[in-house]
Amino acid sequence: MKRSFVLVALLALVNSGCSKKTTPAATAKPTAFGAAIVESSGGKQITAVGTRLPQPVVVQVNDEQGNAVPGAFVELSAPAGVTLDPPNGLTDSSGQFTSNVGLGGIAGRYQITASTTDKSQKRVESKVEEIALGYQEVVGRQLNDQYCDRCHNSESTPERVSNFDNLEIKPHGFSEGDSLNKLSDADLTAIITHGGPALNKSPSMPPYGYTLSKSDIQAVIAYIRAVSDPPFHGFGLVYAKNQ
Amino acid sequence: MALKDKFATIWQRLFGDSVRAFGVVSLLFLASLAIAPAKNYFSEWRHYQGQYLKMIRGRGEALTLRRHFQGDLQQIWLPELGVVDRCTTCHIGLKEPSLADVSYQPFRKHPAIPHSLDQFGCVMCHRGQGPATTVEEAHRSTLAWEQPILPAKYTESSCGQCHRDSLTGTPQLNQGRALLARSGCLHCHAVKLADGTLLKATDDPPSLSHIADKTTREWIYAWIKDPQAYASSATMPNFKLSDDAARDISAFLIANSTPVAGGSLSLSAAKAATDPTAGGSLYGESFCASCHAVQNAAGNLVGGDVGPELTRVGSKVKPEWLQGWLRNPRTYDAGTGMPHYRFNDQQIATLSRFLMAKTDSDLLANVHLDTATPEQIAHGKRLVMDYGCASCHEIGGIKKPENFAPELSRIGSKPITQLIFLQGMPHTLPDYIAGKIRNPRAFAQGLKMPQHTFTPAQIDALTTALLSLNDRSRSLPPSLMVAGRTEPDYQPAGKAGQLMHDLACFSCHRINGRGSDMAPDLSWEGSSVQRKWLQDFLKNPNTLRPALIRRMPRFNLSDADINELTDYIMTVYQSPSVDRDSMPASGYSQVEVETGKQIFYSKYACQSCHIVDTKRDKGYVGPTLTQVGSRLSAAWIYAWMKNPQALRPGTIEPNRGMGDDDARALTAYLMSLKGSGRLEAKQ
Repeated sequence: MKRSFVLVALLALVNSGCSKKTTPAATAKPTAFGAAIVESSGGKQITAVGTRLPQPVVVQVNDEQGNAVPGAFVELSAPAGVTLDPPNGLTDSSGQFTSNVGLGGIAGRYQITASTTDKSQKRVESKVEEIALGYQEVVGRQLNDQYCDRCHNSESTPERVSNFDNLEIKPHGFSEGDSLNKLSDADLTAIITHGGPALNKSPSMPPYGYTLSKSDIQAVIAYIRAVSDPPFHGFGLVYAKNQ
Repeated sequence: MALKDKFATIWQRLFGDSVRAFGVVSLLFLASLAIAPAKNYFSEWRHYQGQYLKMIRGRGEALTLRRHFQGDLQQIWLPELGVVDRCTTCHIGLKEPSLADVSYQPFRKHPAIPHSLDQFGCVMCHRGQGPATTVEEAHRSTLAWEQPILPAKYTESSCGQCHRDSLTGTPQLNQGRALLARSGCLHCHAVKLADGTLLKATDDPPSLSHIADKTTREWIYAWIKDPQAYASSATMPNFKLSDDAARDISAFLIANSTPVAGGSLSLSAAKAATDPTAGGSLYGESFCASCHAVQNAAGNLVGGDVGPELTRVGSKVKPEWLQGWLRNPRTYDAGTGMPHYRFNDQQIATLSRFLMAKTDSDLLANVHLDTATPEQIAHGKRLVMDYGCASCHEIGGIKKPENFAPELSRIGSKPITQLIFLQGMPHTLPDYIAGKIRNPRAFAQGLKMPQHTFTPAQIDALTTALLSLNDRSRSLPPSLMVAGRTEPDYQPAGKAGQLMHDLACFSCHRINGRGSDMAPDLSWEGSSVQRKWLQDFLKNPNTLRPALIRRMPRFNLSDADINELTDYIMTVYQSPSVDRDSMPASGYSQVEVETGKQIFYSKYACQSCHIVDTKRDKGYVGPTLTQVGSRLSAAWIYAWMKNPQALRPGTIEPNRGMGDDDARALTAYLMSLKGSGRLEAKQ
């Protein structure tokens, strides 16, 4: 009897020493269940690859009446490379769960799924999309902040007042995929290089071909493509059919 | 028994006679020879190459990809850079534009970067083991290798190995370097670059030699216990001092303080303005908020971060010191970045009343200090030496310690075997550096490094900057190195130079490479503006850009001073590429002016960003042009139209590639805009 106990203890010791996987942190027990989960804030953020999003992702659990549910268990899941801090937990007193998210090392869009279970243990989820920028797109973003944003971004901050409202013909926001995705790279290059009138657009858009280099303009376009909503899928490469 | 018999039989069958034995041994030998090729055949990288071929088969561009594919081990060998990279053996599609949509590794196309893979290889930027041919050895640190792949969030650090300048594409590295220079790191830690230059700190912690003039022992006590409790934006780190240590250090600093030479502090007899809002108005009119922040009711900081936060300044400074400081800051601190405003006595009294009202009763409520004993003062001095206070602050009688903290010149290559990790922390260098910045005292008992208040993003940025200080950056050929911008020690000469020092022009403006970017570069101001305008502007600066928060303050200069400054600026700060006499200031024909007006509004749509007609135009990006004809010189406008970036690099006005005729017409039109001589834009 005593011997078997020692053996079991020994086995347990060896087991715990050898297994590299750390036991997952004890998950909190939910005290309530909601019926729906919605994104509260932190979606559609843009950051460089591998880095942390400027704002945390906040999701809210609601009941059937749409009231916030505190104490519901929320779990986030994301593609490999994404760090979630914390990955799961209970909603706070206002029914919200907050997590700091770092995106993975590959540029592109990352979908983070927030899920909770309702009373009947059915999984309900909501998806939050974030955008990671590669090197060229980061350059584009910097150039956008310096040259483009003042007119193309309608939001004003105390440090940078937007010129959007002052323009007769309203410029397109860079995330307006519905209109910008229809323009080819060549068209965008022409507009940026030669100004709006080059493609019969607003004369308020000045030419930047003398100010920005070719690679700068490519970078700005790469940024526009990266942040477009709905996503830009490209026109694809065209090949002769192999008969 | 039976077992033994069986064995004997098998032995007999295999090695019974010499022929059999020879045959069997030959077979064994052959089999052992086959081990090496078999191992090669079943290697990991062959598996990936097989997968790649399978993947491309289903794609539209399969033929092209198949043609580009080369089997076997691939290698980028760059002896002068120390690069032997076999990464492309598995990462096959790095240069295939059509594989940009592949979302899994190792087959994705490399994102666009300014360097070619063939010239720099992979490990230059990503670290890891170039020669390795297994996933484990290439990416992680194993027994034989120590260098793991650099996590993507720190990749910008690799740009910093060669680029000491600030690149557009590396915002995180640039931020980290700026933080390193202005958070006080470089006061204690030396960083010497490969070319021998020592990185310089950009912050300027105040001298404590005359601190008793400025503040009380109680405030010092509260401040050194928790600097962020006084000002959330304070850069001074928390040394986590015990009550006794704070008591003794504050006792020493007060006892050690000497009065400022010649400065007799006394409250001015002048009465503050009777209007209670006058102080706030004066604070606003003087644009104190361009440099100083104050927390508003919502808890947000409003104002600049050049000078210290003033939210609770009334709990800190003595009123007589504040009045002396407002009268002339250079009496107390000769090197301060605060301008000498030339306030009159009533203004000083009004402004100091306004600032002294910014108090926080909680701050000093629980601070009760008895008179210091000589033992406490002596102990305080020992603590000041122990904690290296003099590394940052000038303290009378204490020498700045040399090499107070470990040098960080090669921190980005520190071997993992030399690091002590915290429990549960991943054993990698970036994690160690970030952990050390986040919570330095956790690593051992008795460590002195104080606790800074950095956000997680700032910690990542600092770690990025530190990782760029590595061995590789020192072994690369000097031809690859891109030097950073070093601030020249430019000093304007003569009486005007003294005035500019007194007004701290360099705190906001850049001239000949020295100074700050808050306000326009003045290196060529003399070519740019008209003398009369400059005189009026210095007398009463009205804003050119109503949308800006930060503006030029009014310094209450005397006419003689204004003339001195104007003369100096107009003669010395001339651009060699703008000849003032090349364009006449007046005498343009009505036709030219009209043409200019037409192309201003139609062809170039300047009104999108500038205002000429305050009723009609709305553009708020560029400066208001209502009276530009009285402000700028014609030659400058012409040269600006031709190429604004040549005159002010980085200006956001795009170069329009304008022809001579258009530039001349626009110059004619703009020179005709003399304004009414009054302030037109609403402030």
